[in-house]
Amino acid sequence: MAAITLIEGVTQALAYEMKHDPSVVVLGEDVGVNGGVFRATQGLSDKFGEWRVFDTPLDETTIAGLTVGLAAQGMKPIAEAQFEGFIYPMMEQICCHAARMRNRTRGRITCPAVFRAPWGGGIHAPEHHSEANEHLFTNVPGLRVVLPSSPARAYGLLLAAIRDPDPVVFFEPKRIYRQYKEEVPDDGEALPLDVCFVLRDGTDITLVTWGAQVKECLEAADALAHEGISAEVIDVATLTPLDFDTIAESVQKTGRCVIVQEAPKTAGFGAEIAARIAEECIYDLLAPVARVSGWDVHTPLYRLEMKQLPSTARIVDAAKRTLAAG
Amino acid sequence: MPIAAKFEIEYLQYLDPEGKQVRKDLPDFARDIDQLVELYKLMVSTRVFDTKSIALQRTGKLGTYASCLGHEATHVGIGSALKPEDVLAPSYREYGAQLYRGVRPRDVYMYWGGDERGNDFQNEPAKHDFAWSVPIGTQCLHAAGSALAFKIRREKRVAVCTIGDGGSSKADFYGAINVAGARDLPLVAAIVNNQWAISVPRKIQSGARTLAQKGIAAGLYCIQVDGNDIIAVKKAMTDAVERARAGQGGSVVECVTYRLGDHTTADDARRYRGKEEVEDAWTKDPVKRLRTWLESKKAWNKKKEDKLQAECDDWMDNEVNAYLETKAQPVTAIFDYTFAELPADLLKQRDEAMALEKGAH
Repeated sequence: MAAITLIEGVTQALAYEMKHDPSVVVLGEDVGVNGGVFRATQGLSDKFGEWRVFDTPLDETTIAGLTVGLAAQGMKPIAEAQFEGFIYPMMEQICCHAARMRNRTRGRITCPAVFRAPWGGGIHAPEHHSEANEHLFTNVPGLRVVLPSSPARAYGLLLAAIRDPDPVVFFEPKRIYRQYKEEVPDDGEALPLDVCFVLRDGTDITLVTWGAQVKECLEAADALAHEGISAEVIDVATLTPLDFDTIAESVQKTGRCVIVQEAPKTAGFGAEIAARIAEECIYDLLAPVARVSGWDVHTPLYRLEMKQLPSTARIVDAAKRTLAAG
Repeated sequence: MPIAAKFEIEYLQYLDPEGKQVRKDLPDFARDIDQLVELYKLMVSTRVFDTKSIALQRTGKLGTYASCLGHEATHVGIGSALKPEDVLAPSYREYGAQLYRGVRPRDVYMYWGGDERGNDFQNEPAKHDFAWSVPIGTQCLHAAGSALAFKIRREKRVAVCTIGDGGSSKADFYGAINVAGARDLPLVAAIVNNQWAISVPRKIQSGARTLAQKGIAAGLYCIQVDGNDIIAVKKAMTDAVERARAGQGGSVVECVTYRLGDHTTADDARRYRGKEEVEDAWTKDPVKRLRTWLESKKAWNKKKEDKLQAECDDWMDNEVNAYLETKAQPVTAIFDYTFAELPADLLKQRDEAMALEKGAH
């Protein structure tokens, strides 16, 4: 078993499921011969042919609408938006149809589809290639919003997303697509879509995050450990539906929480987690909840891009201030 | 200068507004007078249904309703061109097509009466058709995606979407016909050109001389038909559907008709169009046109008409009663179809809503 990267985890999951379920199809721009601009669909066209690895015309609306139609006919389509910044034309089809079809028809027509997109900043890409916009989908009923942060979770969560009977928006943190490799058995074992993953146990403070920021949070936990501070790190992974119990359990233990998100601060998904802590765990808190996030600005072009992404130093600083507060 | 491409759009009409046959080459189905009588009956039923719907809305028993008055030939013609295994992706007005495929008037009343169960079509073949699609044009891509599924699975089935003249301005329409042309998908897009998109007339939707020719750019077969002549609609649609089924390519069929009523019951068309225009459109009434022709063939008369009207009235009364007698769903129904299996958080909200119902809060 070879060690693979996060993006190879995506490819491995797609190939596994296409091999075992003939109703699974992949569609998007450049997903065929080219294997996707990040190579997520590399080799699939050769294995499964041009109709199951379907290069669409260059129109995101078309990709999303075809996906709804395919799913309504019992296929399991996996649509690729080439970048999260190009997902906006797909939103009408995702929000008005994919997410609503089951409810609209009382279960007569469903939409078991996955909408994949490389997500987030930090790769020195042009404008509209580096957004963190997951919160635009977390407020849409009927959708699952998933962000894997490791090769194994990319594989297991994508398998679960494909098998889920409802639509899933699957954002892949492109900054860590090739960050490191790990061994991921190609055994078709899915991971649950209704749990947060506790990546590191700790007792003094809880760091809650998702996507590429998992990397910075783990680094921050290391740095804090050097100073004798024990930080627990939670990868939310599936934002909606949210497994708040895992977060609550941790906050009840540590009494402190820092939420780290790449997206702009106001009305980001971190706000939902903070609100839930206020509703359900406020008497467990020893200090106010802190948020480390992108500023409320557009993702800067790449010269200043890293100013927008929460750094390890900012997370460490927020954790220390939280500890100082109580 | 050499010509890079050239095209023309045929116009098809068998019956003129006075109900006179203008072509001798009637299609086979139209030579079978019983078939046309059946189509006529459904056109009349559709009109009686529509009149009843508006009366229900005006008396507070139905929410906002989009009338199909004047579209009977186009809608029934489209519905009758599909085979049961085909799939229809309508917008929100094509009741004639839907009734043909087994949607019940009570389903329509339920939907416009504020109950999602109206979309849970019970009868074949409507059972596997799409529900009403309110966001303009979006259903075209659902049909294209269905057509792609049929092509991938090598099924001899066709997907048909309907779209208005206004809707044909939308990206989803262009996207659907574009991919259908590029990949030879078994898709037929029927443009129901009723001249008005709420208050915006056809001429400022597009500079194209016909809406049918939009399909030329996509590489599809295109034709414009008199949408008030059901023989023309059914002929063009049947040809298009069977060509698509045979793997010979998709089509755009523009049915030129007229919206005789308001856009919906919340609209007042007098604000933006003149009385003369509407009076002129009534002279092209599709129902009267077919009746005149059937009468000229001795296939219809006043006695039959009276009997049909009475039957339609009975049918609609029965359907209206079924609708009015259906109790609202319990509050839990607003949760239960959000996901296949409700997540824990949503179950908690569901419990909260149930407790509120019981007055526990």
